[in-house]
Amino acid sequence: MSLNDQDISRIANLARLELQPDEQARMLSKINDFFGIVEQIRAVDTTGIVPMAHPVDAMQGAHIELRLRPDVASEPNQRDLNQRSAPAVERGLFLVPKVIE
Amino acid sequence: MTTLHDMGVAQLAQALQTKQASAVEVATAFLARAGGNPHNTFLDIDSEVTLAQAQASDARIAAGTAGPLEGVPIAHKDVFVTRDFTTTAGSKILSGYRSPFDATVVQKLGASELGGAGMVTLGKVNCDEFAMGSANENSAYGAVNNPWDTSRIPGGSSGGSAAAVAARLAPAATGTDTGGSIRQPASFCGITGIKPTYGRASRYGMIAYASSLDQAGPMARSAEDCALLLSAMCGPDLDRDSTSLDVPAENFSAKLGDSLAGLRIGIPKEFFGEGLAADVRTAIDAALKTLEAQGAKLVPITLPRTELAIPVYYIIAPAEASSNLSRFDGVKFGHRAKDYTDLVSMYKKTRAEGFGEEVKRRIMTGAYVLSHGYYDAYYLQAQKIRRMIADDFQRAFAECDVIAGPVAPTVAWKLGNNASDPLADYLADIFTLPASLAGLPGMSVPVGFGADQMPVGLQLIGNYLQEARLLNVAHQYQLNTDFHNAKPEGV
Repeated sequence: MSLNDQDISRIANLARLELQPDEQARMLSKINDFFGIVEQIRAVDTTGIVPMAHPVDAMQGAHIELRLRPDVASEPNQRDLNQRSAPAVERGLFLVPKVIE
Repeated sequence: MTTLHDMGVAQLAQALQTKQASAVEVATAFLARAGGNPHNTFLDIDSEVTLAQAQASDARIAAGTAGPLEGVPIAHKDVFVTRDFTTTAGSKILSGYRSPFDATVVQKLGASELGGAGMVTLGKVNCDEFAMGSANENSAYGAVNNPWDTSRIPGGSSGGSAAAVAARLAPAATGTDTGGSIRQPASFCGITGIKPTYGRASRYGMIAYASSLDQAGPMARSAEDCALLLSAMCGPDLDRDSTSLDVPAENFSAKLGDSLAGLRIGIPKEFFGEGLAADVRTAIDAALKTLEAQGAKLVPITLPRTELAIPVYYIIAPAEASSNLSRFDGVKFGHRAKDYTDLVSMYKKTRAEGFGEEVKRRIMTGAYVLSHGYYDAYYLQAQKIRRMIADDFQRAFAECDVIAGPVAPTVAWKLGNNASDPLADYLADIFTLPASLAGLPGMSVPVGFGADQMPVGLQLIGNYLQEARLLNVAHQYQLNTDFHNAKPEGV
């Protein structure tokens, strides 16, 4: 199976990446090179195998859930520190282009 | 006394504790060596910060409140966020970024009044952009040279870490390993590095590439040094990392002295096929003979899905990356494009300008395998084979205590060699990917030289939580050999 130019445009949009035409052509060719080695996985019989999402699962045998901490605020307010590397901030808020007319 | 920069972590810790040298003297010596940034290793150095940390270490040594590694310098891979240095992950999109906090690993190694081991940060070291790469050529801040031959790559993604230790710019460095990013550069630069079991070291503050695979570990000259560093780095971080293992911190130095008599070393036949270069094979075979002479027994084993690990890894890791890297959108931190028409165009242009080609390729691949209609055929199928690979290891460990083989099929290649062929880099990851997918601990130990006097590393893989065993094997080997003390000409 190989991807075409429309596939690349569609995925680039999903991934929020603007690709220049020459970049798009290179992307198509490199991703198709990669899918050349991917095809072998489709031939593997995986009937009855439970997908492994993370190694902790394989380590402890049973299919375990990852832990969540209690839903309470644990971080101190560091608004200024958190915003010091932001590209656009005003009155403590992150600025983005207008989304509602 | 040995020259300060020729000392390893254990030696420096002792020299500092016995007041043969002060932390400021040690930091000054290493900062002087990093001047001019040899091999393009460092991405950020701030001697004021480093010397202030060293002064604090000297004060603690004088007051008798020193941590176990008080005053010993370390360089951090640029994917660990740090308050006092910039953190870019080798990407233009994070150019100049300053984190409000230190990563857990940085904190655990750092100032002892915050519970750390007392190490002094020398700076941040270069790496492939977001740790995606096997040659350190994907850094937005330029490639790193291999100190053994500056026309060659140092390996990746922790290439700056490996080069810094090999060139004696730092006695130790942190690295991260997603598909081999500690073991392979350690092998290519002739140093020792260990990736612990997934979940041993906290991922809090480690910029995420592929969350189910990323793991931090130390890179240094010897197994003895790595054991000291790893003991300080690991431990539960249950409130900050949902995949952190609830396993107590361990003293990884405790079993270094154990004998290798009766140790069963599994030799996977798939690691010794025709893809393995003859020069690497010669060095690996000699190392296995040495271990046999020390009482170990070689046991033939099979890891039948070794080759499948390549497509499986390069589906799963990009899938996770495409999700993790969605946070870089020009809103909360980092680069933002100048010209755009609306919010979506701002996202698209910002990411187009901020990410390098390999990162874009992995984001695209990841988004594709997760998209409607392809999820089951690629992503889910890869996750199923991932479990089969993990099961293969468990069958192998029924017959052996550790597994040994090459880290990589060849020695370090020439800079630019694979520039137009990213797939060639992917294929060269074949021997490190299986243990990464299973989440097992793995390390690289220098065992000699191949073609053109380039270093070769032996890979040791252990079962879950068996880091002490790996370090024991490596240390016993290093007691009988001197490859870990070899250094590049002119260093």
